[in-house]
Amino acid sequence: MFIPHTNKQKQEMLQTIGVKSFDELLTNIPQSVLRPPMNLPASMTEMELVRHMEELAEQDRLASSYLGAGAYEHFVPTSVWALALRGEFATAYTPYQAEASQGTLQAIYEFQTLICALLGMDVANASMYDGASAAAEACLVAAKHTGRTDILIPETVHPQTRQVIDTYLSRSEAKTRVIQCPKGILDPETLKQNLSDQTAALLFQNPNFFGGLENVQALSEAAHKSGALVIASTYPVALGLMAPPGEYNADIAVAEAQCLGLPLGYGGPYLGLFACQKELIRKMPGRVVGQTEDNDGRRAFVLTLQAREQHIRREKATSNICTNQALCALASTIYMALLGKQGLRHLAHLNFQKAHYAASELEKHGFPLVFKNPFFNEFVVKCPVPPEKIVQKCATERVLPGLPLGQYFPEHKDHLLVCVTEIKTKQDIDQFVQMLKKI
Amino acid sequence: MNMNSQEKIIEPLLFEKSVPDRAGIPLPASDVPVTLEESHFPASYQRKTPCEWPELSEPQVVRHFTRLSQLNYSIDTHFYPLGSCTMKHNPKVNERLVLLPDFVNLHPLRPHVLSQGILEILFQTEKWLCELCGMDAFTLQPSAGAQGELTGILVGRAYHESRGEKRPVVLIPDSAHGTNPASVAVAGLSVVTVKSTDQGHVDVEDLKAKLNKEVALIMMTVPSTLGLFEPRMAEIAKTVHEAGALVYMDGANLNALVGLVKPGDIGVDILHVNVHKTFSTPHGGGGPGAGPVGVKKHLEDFLPVPRVIKDKDVYRRSLNYPKSIGRVHGFQGNIGVLLRAYCYMRLQGLEGFREMSESAILSANYLRAKLKTLFPKMSKEYCMHEVVVSGEGAFGPGIRTLDVAKRLLDYGFYAPTIYFPLIVPEAMMIEPTENETKETLDSFCQAMEKIIEESKNEPDKLKSAPLTTPVRRLDEVKAARQLNLKYTVNSNL
Repeated sequence: MFIPHTNKQKQEMLQTIGVKSFDELLTNIPQSVLRPPMNLPASMTEMELVRHMEELAEQDRLASSYLGAGAYEHFVPTSVWALALRGEFATAYTPYQAEASQGTLQAIYEFQTLICALLGMDVANASMYDGASAAAEACLVAAKHTGRTDILIPETVHPQTRQVIDTYLSRSEAKTRVIQCPKGILDPETLKQNLSDQTAALLFQNPNFFGGLENVQALSEAAHKSGALVIASTYPVALGLMAPPGEYNADIAVAEAQCLGLPLGYGGPYLGLFACQKELIRKMPGRVVGQTEDNDGRRAFVLTLQAREQHIRREKATSNICTNQALCALASTIYMALLGKQGLRHLAHLNFQKAHYAASELEKHGFPLVFKNPFFNEFVVKCPVPPEKIVQKCATERVLPGLPLGQYFPEHKDHLLVCVTEIKTKQDIDQFVQMLKKI
Repeated sequence: MNMNSQEKIIEPLLFEKSVPDRAGIPLPASDVPVTLEESHFPASYQRKTPCEWPELSEPQVVRHFTRLSQLNYSIDTHFYPLGSCTMKHNPKVNERLVLLPDFVNLHPLRPHVLSQGILEILFQTEKWLCELCGMDAFTLQPSAGAQGELTGILVGRAYHESRGEKRPVVLIPDSAHGTNPASVAVAGLSVVTVKSTDQGHVDVEDLKAKLNKEVALIMMTVPSTLGLFEPRMAEIAKTVHEAGALVYMDGANLNALVGLVKPGDIGVDILHVNVHKTFSTPHGGGGPGAGPVGVKKHLEDFLPVPRVIKDKDVYRRSLNYPKSIGRVHGFQGNIGVLLRAYCYMRLQGLEGFREMSESAILSANYLRAKLKTLFPKMSKEYCMHEVVVSGEGAFGPGIRTLDVAKRLLDYGFYAPTIYFPLIVPEAMMIEPTENETKETLDSFCQAMEKIIEESKNEPDKLKSAPLTTPVRRLDEVKAARQLNLKYTVNSNL
């Protein structure tokens, strides 16, 4: 597929090279390993492929979903991907030749600016793989910066984020310690008992895995008092209403920004955000774009601070990250530009209102809220029947009612994590409540 | 292109086009009887200052990003011979298929009964990668090549530890990509560099001298970053295995081998694949990619979880691997990228892959043959999918590879990878891929010939190149010294 050479041209090329047959070019490869048999399916034409993929996709068709837990169904305006998938963006490489890559570079500079405004932070990089790896890299930065080893993480941080952090930290000096949170949020008093002069950082998630809002101001003050850094993991859409990490003096802010215009897509590609205060700039992982001028004094953009990165520093780099999620960052930039200042606030309001309506309706019909903490668009309910059974029943209607928490927390085996975003109407929610009631 | 009254700006920033209270995309009004009450959401938890995102109309946003896109060179618009990056054609059908609503709506934590279609795709993708690479198991979880490296090294380390061996050292040839040593550092191991011979191959004697019980693995790029297939590969693998260490293959250059050689057949124990190179998924201006990792049987138990399994015709995600190194992605990887790779495998089939690798090798050698007279210090061997040339002695006095690269932009070609590999002075690494026509390759060589003439007769042209791009050569020192990483009204920081 996609080969332009005709047989005649191939012969001409071999002649120019000065060989009689193609295999003369492979002299370094032993015959015994050349062209082994392989069991691969026959090639398909584009027409056959489209049909094949449509059939596979159709198997997974869904009616509706109330599942969140780190990946959220938000409305994505058509322009986002119509623009982001333009070939000039999608089929370009990392903008190493800046003069021929100003489109990508300016968009990343705009992305960094939008993310700093969103999070209230000094600097943001050009993106990380996902929210989980951004959190893990933040822990590594904190350990290096403070020279301490303990990373405190409440159990209200997404369990899968904690697992990625553990993998990344498994071979470093730093170690994570998980703090129990029976009230569904981290109690600042409990935190104080766990802080020590070996605490490199406190990492919390807000809103947290259970949807609850942490007492961020108190947590941040306590951690700073013991000389630890504060790493806040957050949910960008919620920041239309909620205090951003900069307002409570977080040192590093990270996020899974899938919610900013990216599809659920079974888990990726998503978009990790990494932002920090200016003291930490030179310890920041990943690429960053800066403004400069060209020879004629024209404003232009270029990758900068590359002396931190692997292609220059090799084993002494701040991180091994090279390829990141540039196109996802671009899509989110378009999304943020379309939404604007008012749109973000309105979007956050809609999420808050719909989720609170759903929670109160569920409560009325036998699904009480488990925690009394304020929440944004996600909450935990106690189910009158095992949540797994509810998931099973709903699956026959191709509905996802939420996430049974027993798989992560045995003590929450009767509890279901439910998420409601702006895409649900009152009618949708009422039908959903009726459906659950009947189980 | 310069539509702005300010001469010095190519395209204003979003923020410079914003007007207070201009509406972007409308969102519906709320239809539920809930207001934001103090009891639900204490004021102390609320945002004090609004998020200052710009306020633009949809048509403004569309025009802005369309114009920005036009400032880029890309595969769709230009020959992009960036070595080791495999800038091949990205089939358009893949972009259409990945946006099928049923794929778009797939939540990563869905129960398996509602994800049989996607799980089948992932399962088959792993199976065919195994077949192409001669491996026994694959994980699709790593998000990019570098995360694949980290995963592979952690797997290797866990394997040695499971046998009660502590092996703190990783051998890396001096021609390797920077991610190799950086990944080793994140995995908590240390790097020992292996020298290359004058021909650019691994110095096997130096390797043998450095091989001992401390060594966990050797990271080899095959073909090497010089575009050469290691002639003593079999001997290297045998020696490394005899010392109890593992062979890790950086698969960045796999485009030369698919369908021709299975890395598993030449002694590789672990490899990562850059699907955004070999398997045609768009580079996206720097990602997202995907870096699946394949291993031989003895290393399978250490791969990240969750794994995709098939259990009596039902596909599931399984966490039941107690020796696993854990999770490297928040969910299960860059699935949208892997979906495109699956489509590409379906389009190619075995014959297509063979034709692909052979055409990539043929085109690179054709370039090599045509450039040989221009670059006196060229390697004597035929190359694989890319040709590395040294600018030393090729250009007029005072002209560097950087100047030639910038001048190529004026001729309508993106520049090759330059100053890499580090062991070749004034290096230029040129990878044509299988997709470029002979006519394009010919005109690229003609341009190179002209530029070399210019370097002798009109050196100022090269020193001041590029002359035709949206901006001229940039002041990178200013960018690093006067850091300006975000827009503010006064633009500091």
